[in-house]
Amino acid sequence: MVQFLLRRLLVALLVSVTVLTFAFALTRLSGDLAISIAGPNATANDIEVVRKAYGLDQPLITQFFSWIGRAMVGDFGQSYFYRERVSTLIFSRLPITLTLGLVGLGIAVSVALPLGVISALREGRPIDRVISLVALVGQAMPSFWLALVLMITLGLNLGWLPISGTGTWQHFVMPGIVLSFSAIPALLRLTRSGMIDAMAADYIRTARAKGLSRMSIVLKHAARNAAMPVVSIAAVQLGFMLGGSIVIETVFALHGVGFLAWESISKNDFPTVQAVVLLLAVIYTLLTLGADLLNALLDPRLRAQ
Amino acid sequence: MKPVSKLGLWIGAFIVGFTLFLAIFAPLLVTHDPFAQDLSRRLIPPFWMDNGGLTHPLGTDQLGRDYLARLIYGARISMLIGILTMVASGLLGTAMGVIGGFYGGRIDDFVLFAITARLSIPLILVALAVVALVGSSLTVVVATLGLLLWDRFAVVARVATMQVRTLDFVAAAWAAGCSRSHILLREVLPNILSPLAVVATLEMALAILLEAALSFLGLGVPPPLPSWGLMIAEAKDYMFFSPWVIMVPGLSLAVLVFGINLLGDGLRDLLRTGRTT
Repeated sequence: MVQFLLRRLLVALLVSVTVLTFAFALTRLSGDLAISIAGPNATANDIEVVRKAYGLDQPLITQFFSWIGRAMVGDFGQSYFYRERVSTLIFSRLPITLTLGLVGLGIAVSVALPLGVISALREGRPIDRVISLVALVGQAMPSFWLALVLMITLGLNLGWLPISGTGTWQHFVMPGIVLSFSAIPALLRLTRSGMIDAMAADYIRTARAKGLSRMSIVLKHAARNAAMPVVSIAAVQLGFMLGGSIVIETVFALHGVGFLAWESISKNDFPTVQAVVLLLAVIYTLLTLGADLLNALLDPRLRAQ
Repeated sequence: MKPVSKLGLWIGAFIVGFTLFLAIFAPLLVTHDPFAQDLSRRLIPPFWMDNGGLTHPLGTDQLGRDYLARLIYGARISMLIGILTMVASGLLGTAMGVIGGFYGGRIDDFVLFAITARLSIPLILVALAVVALVGSSLTVVVATLGLLLWDRFAVVARVATMQVRTLDFVAAAWAAGCSRSHILLREVLPNILSPLAVVATLEMALAILLEAALSFLGLGVPPPLPSWGLMIAEAKDYMFFSPWVIMVPGLSLAVLVFGINLLGDGLRDLLRTGRTT
């Protein structure tokens, strides 16, 4: 168990270092960063000033280690565009993205779990087919398009929900629905297959033999066992959703981290882009680490390994 | 159970085949130039609505370009991106997975680590950043997505290789004195292709959706190319008055991706039953 934990931690640490390197290399793709920052109308003199100001005249290796050193203590420098500290900027936007992610996950879980259980209990029957088909259709819809369609129908035609912005909780419903679509198929399939396996297990036969009600067998015995892998996949999906929220935040004008990332990409604001890439990668790594730990805690069989 | 899953496979194959047909023969199928603007004929609705006509069966966009012609040319972009990305990421991912699964030990640790690191990198964000930095073009989009979407190929190829390498025919090949490259390419690879085919459909669908999202955000293929994602982005300002401008390209995307996924699911069922019998 301890060895498993240490190994997992080491991998998480190595991944973080790799992503640090990757985020640095990413912004050097364009060739000369100073020209990009100075903008299209800059003179040669302006470019030199920019180069000095941002330390881009230093050797690459010096820049790299100074980026790593500062990133380790949470200092990502000054945003080129907002003239604000990148870390302040990100942390002021983070609550919106986290809210959106959690709302999306909440919707996804509350749709996928019951449907997955129903599907498993009616395996091969028409209702199972219909649920699979619906999941397949949901998976095929481009998120940004679904967002626009919901804006037209729920927002404009029915007037139920606000179309963009972040004022009230209602503002998070539509984006949450759209975001949940990316996680529902995976969660649904996993619940279904988990439930099918669980219902065929020996302890279910025992429970049946004891004469327990069907309801109690399904909810207390089978669903609990089927839920375990779902928990860890849900954590992974939350990580993916936070990364995918960039599209949805842009469409709905939710000023979270994703919107910030999109703005900074279109404004050549590299320090912010680097920091968001790193932040999302670290959050994902922590979530998967947490999911592994949780699994190890919940499942004695894993702990023994 | 069987006939229905077969039906899915056929519907999926039909959708993908039909889109491929549109993509290949686009120049022969359209009656209008997809790039020709005519500001006097802007936002004509499709034929089933009032004021629609058969000159422009799916209407025209905000610049007066024929929507059907743009839609058919858009199939080219989606299919091209989907197939090229699938091939690029498939080669990369399969190579990594097979090498990791075959050699094991340190090499496998490295492959596993690469997969873990890749999964932690936010896909859309990095793709957007790369396209913004390098410049938007079809080649850049394919290269970026190809370099990002190999993870599932690697995962599946690795596990399949681990299973295959312990089988008797591989041992027989070793005993017969075959070279390592012969065993990898001639014995292992052909036997892991069927699970990889299923992954290929998934990745193709994902690549098409990602390209549409990138183009929608303005950092995919550059205008005036008629990418379906770009068509939605350009028509967005008019969607509250004429919803069909986003419905036509959006539904096309959804139907194509749905078809690819049906094909993938059908293949999976077909291969699974094939294995047990």
